[in-house]
Amino acid sequence: MSTPILEVTNLNYIYSAGTPFEHKALDNVSFAVNKGEFIGIIGHTGSGKSTLMQQLNGLLKPTSGRILLDGQDIWSDRKLTRQARFRVGLVFQYPEYQLFEETVYRDIAFGPKNMGLSAEEIDRRVREAAGFVGITEEQLQVSPFDLSGGQKRRVAIAGVIAMEPEVLILDEPTAGLDPVGREGILKNIESYRRAKNATVMMVSHSMEDVARLTDRLLVMNGSKLAMDAPPAEVFTHAEELVSMGLAIPQVTEIFLQLRSLGADVSNVYTIRQAVAEIRRLKGGNAHA
Amino acid sequence: MLKDITLGQYFPGTSPIHRLDPRTKLILLIVYIVALFLAQGWVGYGVLLAFLLFTIKISTIPPRSILRGMKPIVMILVFTGVLNLFFTREGKTLLNIADVIIVTEGGLTRAVMMMARILMLITGTFLLTYTTSPISLTDGLEALLNPLKKIGVPVHELSMMMCIALRFIPTLIEETDKIMSAQKARGADFENGSLMDRARALIPILVPLFIGAFRRADELATAMECRCYQGGEGRSKMKILRYHLGDMKAFGMGFGLLILVGALAALGL
Repeated sequence: MSTPILEVTNLNYIYSAGTPFEHKALDNVSFAVNKGEFIGIIGHTGSGKSTLMQQLNGLLKPTSGRILLDGQDIWSDRKLTRQARFRVGLVFQYPEYQLFEETVYRDIAFGPKNMGLSAEEIDRRVREAAGFVGITEEQLQVSPFDLSGGQKRRVAIAGVIAMEPEVLILDEPTAGLDPVGREGILKNIESYRRAKNATVMMVSHSMEDVARLTDRLLVMNGSKLAMDAPPAEVFTHAEELVSMGLAIPQVTEIFLQLRSLGADVSNVYTIRQAVAEIRRLKGGNAHA
Repeated sequence: MLKDITLGQYFPGTSPIHRLDPRTKLILLIVYIVALFLAQGWVGYGVLLAFLLFTIKISTIPPRSILRGMKPIVMILVFTGVLNLFFTREGKTLLNIADVIIVTEGGLTRAVMMMARILMLITGTFLLTYTTSPISLTDGLEALLNPLKKIGVPVHELSMMMCIALRFIPTLIEETDKIMSAQKARGADFENGSLMDRARALIPILVPLFIGAFRRADELATAMECRCYQGGEGRSKMKILRYHLGDMKAFGMGFGLLILVGALAALGL
């Protein structure tokens, strides 16, 4: 087994230590992420998801514990900390509120420029990143503030993708978008992951999305890592999830009900699996 | 971290200071400041310091938070101290380097006193904003300024503006923090480089921040319109300000302090 791309051990983080607002945001969190994995992070609001993400690219310094990127502690050396910013790309919630440049092109180029790349390399990356998120050549030259909400979001994501991070972390990338916009963004992320064999970690409140897309789920609850397992396994703990203020995908819920009514169905958590399961049942009946 | 700027932040609590009427606190702050400027000698300052420490003690505000709030004024403090130390020439000379740098006894006393005055002034003011929520603060201010309505000053509008401004300080700080994190995640560097580089590094923060502020202002205006806001005309209050026993005691102590410090000053202490 090769070394995991990201390894977090016994991570603790306390906000505003020594004030009345002191708050433990992360409590002894440990996990490892392998190259190319698609990880979903779910948890109730305030469970520590956003804090965790900012730890992974060195924006917040852990109170205690270690974060290894490719086997190296990102806080052991200033250079490594700065590199971690580029190697682990972080897309914040509502990233469109961080656009500032005069043109879309220049905004996407902000990250690569900070990396100190050559002009040709920056140009290549900007165009490639724009391609991943479906921003056209003409749109590159307009002001980002003239675009629609969904397009702004794509530009902001392209701004991080252009740094070609090995690990791409996104905090609710589809929040507040219409269904078409959501689907588009999720496809963009997937196409980047495929093309660069990148690792993706995505915070989401949509159980359907994480069930369909991710290989593994990290479930945060009350500053602790409550579960670390593939979606199929996580969603068998329906009651536990509900007690954490989370839910299971609707289709899983329906099939659990079906089973309690006596139907011979297995657990499913995506529409596709549900279709296959229904086909199997119908097929079985036809032969009987 | 930006979060450490506590200027104008309210610490919720139920201490006797928190419970005072905002008008009492505003008037007593003025009384305290007047006393601070009346004080002439060490005894006067000592009395004021004792009063200040006593107030901090019963306000249950952690002293560390107060100290942290001092950070932004350190420069002013140092500047005042240095100016007074080197440019006041009174009394015995304590230090003389080549007739250029001369420190006198009078200068030293003056420097220490000026610094103490600024420090105590700021701490007293902080104590007001730490123990009074922005809403009750503006309520108090509006009530105190009410007589000015007669000469056409738009008191309600002014206090509403102040209330909104105060209310949005933490929000804007939070937003700045978020934007800074996001730009840092794209490799922006705010700590290194020349002065010009650093000034330029502010653009990616300021542009989104201003756009956000305008967006918020717009949303707030719409929300106020939707609730038929039309200014102070015929507006009633949910919380009517009333003086209680605690306020009387506080007034007694405050004016007692003023008289005491005034008397001490007259005696030259």
